[in-house]
Amino acid sequence: MATDQRIGDEKSTDGNSTDEKGTDEAAARITGLDALELAPAGRTGRFAEKLWRAAWPKLLAVLLAVLIWQLVVWSGWRPEFVLPSPLWVWDELTVQLLDASFWDAIRLTMSRAVTGFAIAVIVGSVVGAAVARFAPLRAAIGSLITGLQTMPSIIWFPLAILLFQLSENAILFVVVLGAAPSIANGLITGIDYVPTAWRRAGRVLGLRGVALYRYVILPASLPSFVSGLKQGWAFAWRSLMAGELLVIVPGALSIGVRLQGARELNDAPLLIAYIIVVLIIGIIVDMLFNTVDSRLRRRWGLEAGQ
Amino acid sequence: MTITDTGIDLTAVSKFYGRAPAAVHALDEVSLRVGLGQFVCILGASGCGKSTLLSLVAGLDQASGGDIDTGDHRVSLMFQESALFPWLTVAGNVEIALKVRGVPKPERRDRVTELLDTVRLADFAAKRPHELSGGMRQRVALARALAQDAEVLLMDEPFGALDAMTRDLLHDELERIWRLRGLTVLFVTHNVREAVRLGDRVVLLSSRPGRVLAEFDVDHPRPRRIDSAEVAELSAGITDRLREEVARHGH
Repeated sequence: MATDQRIGDEKSTDGNSTDEKGTDEAAARITGLDALELAPAGRTGRFAEKLWRAAWPKLLAVLLAVLIWQLVVWSGWRPEFVLPSPLWVWDELTVQLLDASFWDAIRLTMSRAVTGFAIAVIVGSVVGAAVARFAPLRAAIGSLITGLQTMPSIIWFPLAILLFQLSENAILFVVVLGAAPSIANGLITGIDYVPTAWRRAGRVLGLRGVALYRYVILPASLPSFVSGLKQGWAFAWRSLMAGELLVIVPGALSIGVRLQGARELNDAPLLIAYIIVVLIIGIIVDMLFNTVDSRLRRRWGLEAGQ
Repeated sequence: MTITDTGIDLTAVSKFYGRAPAAVHALDEVSLRVGLGQFVCILGASGCGKSTLLSLVAGLDQASGGDIDTGDHRVSLMFQESALFPWLTVAGNVEIALKVRGVPKPERRDRVTELLDTVRLADFAAKRPHELSGGMRQRVALARALAQDAEVLLMDEPFGALDAMTRDLLHDELERIWRLRGLTVLFVTHNVREAVRLGDRVVLLSSRPGRVLAEFDVDHPRPRRIDSAEVAELSAGITDRLREEVARHGH
């Protein structure tokens, strides 16, 4: 009887607290489910271990290439002053690395590349944004941009030399023409493929016109824009190398000029050493772009296998 | 309850897509009144124009005829996919709604924390959307909608892509937040039990074109359980009506 009474009391007076208890339970349920649904963090591994795993296939490939090169030299297919051995080229390369004029050449070539690329980014972005935004403009020059992208940049040099003579501007002109279409196309593709769900979400938030561009469409097109930049850089670098071989600006001792000089002096080890330098610069810049790209993908959750 | 304050008032709303004679008749003179603070579920088979109806109310699309009145209430819309922005953190996704409304920066941080607290995700503010589960993402989307200070919340099958357990718990959460905030909710679903579990009223739409077929008041006391006998009983009745409607399109 007494116990019954107590239970009855609890029921009648604790209406409030059972309600509270119910809310607590609901909170526990929902946070418990969250904990269950989130996958436990995977093992990341030590840095050195990851580095080694990424590096060894590349090292192996380099080793293999050098080995094949050495075999060709040994076969006596060409005299060694025309096709020097890897070791000889390596010696030449180490000599160059200690030479200030070698670094001057790299500095000159890289500053041309960076200037040209920077101008191409500005021109490409403005044109790309305008084409993506205004339908008549797209109809007018959309396919022209793709056409320009497929043009070998070397085609432009005769015109560039006529317009700017043998000057820095002639080289810059071709570098920009080579890189800008890729950058513009990257942005246009990015804007075109913004998922409808994000556009709708932006409109529900009250974003219209320029604000919708700023907060939704431009950020959403970033991955495609980065791919465009990467491709644009590759085109800029190629155009620049062609330009430095063709447009010899008096007094400017760039990588291209030195490469030509090495050929004229029949200095094969130096020539090959410069080719290797161009390759290495290309690889380093590509790695930079890939780092930016993969970091972006990881942050966005676009990484395959996640 | 007599409806004195109206949240959403639709009068003979029609919608055609395309031009005659190939025009698709999506909605046919749909009239519907949702009282302030009411929770109304719209139920229908495929092709009943449920999503179209919400787009019209949200102002994302123009009606071909009729009148849509949401007073001066702020309206927000949630979709089946959370549509969170991957370039922003969870907190950033909520904050952007405040930013658009012009809430000053110092105030925004506190509001974001408060809103994430409401959906019980305060611990995940710094995470990226892809690091969360589907159910959690929908709660972030709900927090983003609440950040708009919306009084009217339109929901387009928001839990359609979730598993049954998650959906069940999110029903509890939505009901709690609906009461807490005094929201007016128009909730579209094709799941009859979900509609009966959540709604004060269930509106059945016909298919092609969408017309109001029937309305059912749900008087069972809250909180309801989706597996309770009352919910099952009413659901069975509504399902029969829905089946009849689907069969009508069989020949």
